Amino acid sequence: MKPNDVILQTVTKIVTFIILTFAIYLFLAGHHEPGGGFIGGLVIASALTLLYLAFDIETVREGLPVDFKVVAAVGVFIAVATGMGSILFDQPFLSQAFGYFNLPIFGKTELATAVLFDLGVALAVVGTGVTIILSISRDA
Amino acid sequence: MSISVIVKIVVTVLILGGTALSILSAFGMLRLPDVYTRTHAATKSTTLGVLCTLLGTFLYFWQTQDIVSIRLLLGIVFVFLTAPVAGHLICRAAYRSGVELAQESTEDELKKVLDKREKREN
Repeated sequence: MKPNDVILQTVTKIVTFIILTFAIYLFLAGHHEPGGGFIGGLVIASALTLLYLAFDIETVREGLPVDFKVVAAVGVFIAVATGMGSILFDQPFLSQAFGYFNLPIFGKTELATAVLFDLGVALAVVGTGVTIILSISRDA
Repeated sequence: MSISVIVKIVVTVLILGGTALSILSAFGMLRLPDVYTRTHAATKSTTLGVLCTLLGTFLYFWQTQDIVSIRLLLGIVFVFLTAPVAGHLICRAAYRSGVELAQESTEDELKKVLDKREKREN
């Protein structure tokens, strides 16, 4: 008898958006409030895990055709590349800079290069987490 | 009575009420006979208890420090959506793995439906 998961799947469709929104909030809030790349990446990985639980692995892979090992590699590359970027300006490796810019919608905004490093951390965490979950959950 | 005093009374009532509801559901967990009635106690009253506490916290920080915390509102929506589904899934997993109902129960309506469906599919 085929079980029907309609309640779990419907709620997952709504809740995933809340979790992903919260993950982006945590990622962007990391400079001044609790949050940052690591916890943002973990929350994104947990949203993906919820999708894998409610639907099956093949369905999610069709909708999101991403190799998460590549995501982890790209994350590490971005983190190292932002560190190397500071060498171009005659600064020590991994130096940070920030400045205030007038953006069209947001007005005066503080932009920091630390966010790019955090993006690398977040991608590395998402890639590692989802890879671990996928590799231990696969049917033998 | 000024607005802030009224809000503080409302906040107190909400947080104490939420705590009382959580204690009530803890007693329900201890005293009810089987997994289904326990899930009933654990999901419903704890959800309302947590929602009351979060709403009280939201109102308190809004009133006293002018912080409109979107995280608390999001938490309210999230708990309201997910806690009943968690209860539903736990109950369903228990039923599918054959956990018996309590002695006092008189009717098992889901069993009839499942039997009928099984007969139709065979």
